Amino acid sequence: MAILVTPQTKLLVQGITGEFGARHAKLSLDYGTQLVAGVTPGKGGQFFEHGSHKVPIFDTVADAVKQTGATASAVFVPPPFAADAILEGVDAGLDLVVAITEGIPVRDMVRAKQAMAGSKTRLIGPNCPGIVTPGTGKDSHGGCRIGIAPGYIHKKGNIGVVSRSGTLTYEAVWQLTSRGVGQSTCVGIGGDPVNGTSHLDVIKLFMADPETKGIIMIGEIGGSAEEEAAEWIAKHGTKPVAGFIAGATAPPGRRMGHAGAIVSGGKGTAEAKIAAFKAAGIGIAVTPSDMADTLLKMM
Amino acid sequence: MPNRAGAESALFAENQTPLSPMNIHEYQAKQLLKQYGVAVPDGDVCKTPAEALAAAEKLVAAGHKMLVVKSQIHAGGRGKGTFKSGFKGGVKLCKTAAEAKDLAAAMLGNVLVTKQTGPEGRLVSTLLVAGAPNIKKELYLAVLLDRATSRPLVMASTEGGVDIEEVAEKTPEKIVKEQIDPALGFQPWQGRKIAAALGLKGDLANQCGKLLAGVYKTWWEADASMVEINPLCIIEGTDGKDQLVAVDAKIGLDDNALYRHKDIQAMRDLAEESPLEIEASKFNLNYIKLDGSIACLVNGAGLAMATMDIIQHYGASPANFLDVGGGASKDQVTAAFKIILSDPAVKAIFVNIFGGIMDCNVIATGIVAAVKETGLKLPLVVRLEGNNVVAGKKTLAESGLTLITGDSMADAAQKVVATVAK
Repeated sequence: MAILVTPQTKLLVQGITGEFGARHAKLSLDYGTQLVAGVTPGKGGQFFEHGSHKVPIFDTVADAVKQTGATASAVFVPPPFAADAILEGVDAGLDLVVAITEGIPVRDMVRAKQAMAGSKTRLIGPNCPGIVTPGTGKDSHGGCRIGIAPGYIHKKGNIGVVSRSGTLTYEAVWQLTSRGVGQSTCVGIGGDPVNGTSHLDVIKLFMADPETKGIIMIGEIGGSAEEEAAEWIAKHGTKPVAGFIAGATAPPGRRMGHAGAIVSGGKGTAEAKIAAFKAAGIGIAVTPSDMADTLLKMM
Repeated sequence: MPNRAGAESALFAENQTPLSPMNIHEYQAKQLLKQYGVAVPDGDVCKTPAEALAAAEKLVAAGHKMLVVKSQIHAGGRGKGTFKSGFKGGVKLCKTAAEAKDLAAAMLGNVLVTKQTGPEGRLVSTLLVAGAPNIKKELYLAVLLDRATSRPLVMASTEGGVDIEEVAEKTPEKIVKEQIDPALGFQPWQGRKIAAALGLKGDLANQCGKLLAGVYKTWWEADASMVEINPLCIIEGTDGKDQLVAVDAKIGLDDNALYRHKDIQAMRDLAEESPLEIEASKFNLNYIKLDGSIACLVNGAGLAMATMDIIQHYGASPANFLDVGGGASKDQVTAAFKIILSDPAVKAIFVNIFGGIMDCNVIATGIVAAVKETGLKLPLVVRLEGNNVVAGKKTLAESGLTLITGDSMADAAQKVVATVAK
């Protein structure tokens, strides 16, 4: 089952001919992901070649969807054009748009999110590592990898991972895999203040997914998305959840790398988030080294 | 996800402005607000006492009976600050142009210490000399992003001139919030609603609507992260009529959008920024100096924060936040070491890398080269995990460097804390 994507999901990559998009498109192909199309305006009719793969490139997302049946997209388009690329994916009727791009102006995302309200498309990100549903092959080969996460660290299994941070997700996944515990799906929701999918959205999907037996939720300072998720878990949670919050030592008023990771006006502190987790019965990993063990002890 | 860095995304870098966040001065914020039709007190920017005299004479001639001389630094608490010369107050009232000139002479070229500057203070090189109107009432106004709804939010309160966080905590009913539909923008009825909530009537209510629309437009058009007007004042104008003006103003900017605002980029005041942070941004490194003794070098913002946390968990303090991004080239690692080492408080270095896509051996080679180039003498603890980690660890082991390796993040953190605890 997994959530959001399965090994059968047909993926297209927007910005497939850029250096960054191309590199990760190749890694997704190597992982065995069904990458069926690329989109780069002006390069329609060409092919993206990698080993034995020959992926057709289209000028528009609508064309790519029509010709290949792709239902999901990874956006690797530079920041000034990324919100436009997201909306193009929404217009084309994709189920899922995963925006990897970091540095999209907040105003562009405020408009894009408003414009896509009511559409069938789910947006993940921006400024996120993407999604991985591990496959059954060696080093989880044969799974669906959308974005920039290292595929080989995964293992097919029953733990859901949701996080705002890329490297912390990898850390959690690796801790699980090294203990022989696999993952159903790993979702990076991104570190920006405006994102398409929240912790809570993903938690609900994991709770409803029969394959997922336990959840690791990784948050960080800024905003109140972790608190909202915790409040819902307290009322409706049916599976063990372990959590970690990064940024307890971050000084207020300073942005910790991620545009959204900032404590301002006393809001969004690690203390408040950890307290909300505790109140909801979420297991607290006291250090980032304990994320997997904290969850496994609860299961 | 820090895909911005180095080799991970040369593509993104060309479209991006420096990473260290940009702030602007009060006078610059007021210039922007004025462009969008927001009333601000009359005044001029001055760099010398002579300019302050001229500005003050102009204000007196225009009918102002009270003047204010305001130090322009990127920190709050100016009014209650003290100059290192012993002169008290970074914001001072006066009545005559001659007094304004004397105040300017006492402030310019001196270092002002406030509760927000830290003991090192900030050099005052610019002043705002403005009319100080007779204030009848102080209100509060801000526009910011409501993260819960992903929409702009206008916040207003009858309690101006004080710490709004305290108001929010003690008397939250005194803060009115109005969400703005980003597709429509600020609507006239929202202006009437807020004016009524602030108890404004007649002409003042009309002024309030116009001012709110202007403040919202400033937030939207300038790609601000926040526009805060505290206090927003009802004053007695030089014509005797009540007026609504932005007496103080603070604008925070969305760094991701600076590329499309050449005019705002020109407002950057590098003298207000940390030299180390400026240097770091040249190498696409995200560095923030902190007060501890253990320097960290990490890939990824989340992992970098978590590394700081784990150092604290084991009883020491981090000297910095440093995200080298998903890439971490040799040049970046070398630059990062140099920046870290220029902080004299640093007693040990903790390198924590999860090489997902990046080859750990490439990173290890970069670390070895950086250590040799910088002649590092401090204890160095390296935790390396991920792609090609065996080769990476071999490179470190065969380098002849006296570094300590950690198996897990916790193991490495305990080892680095132990080196400073000795």
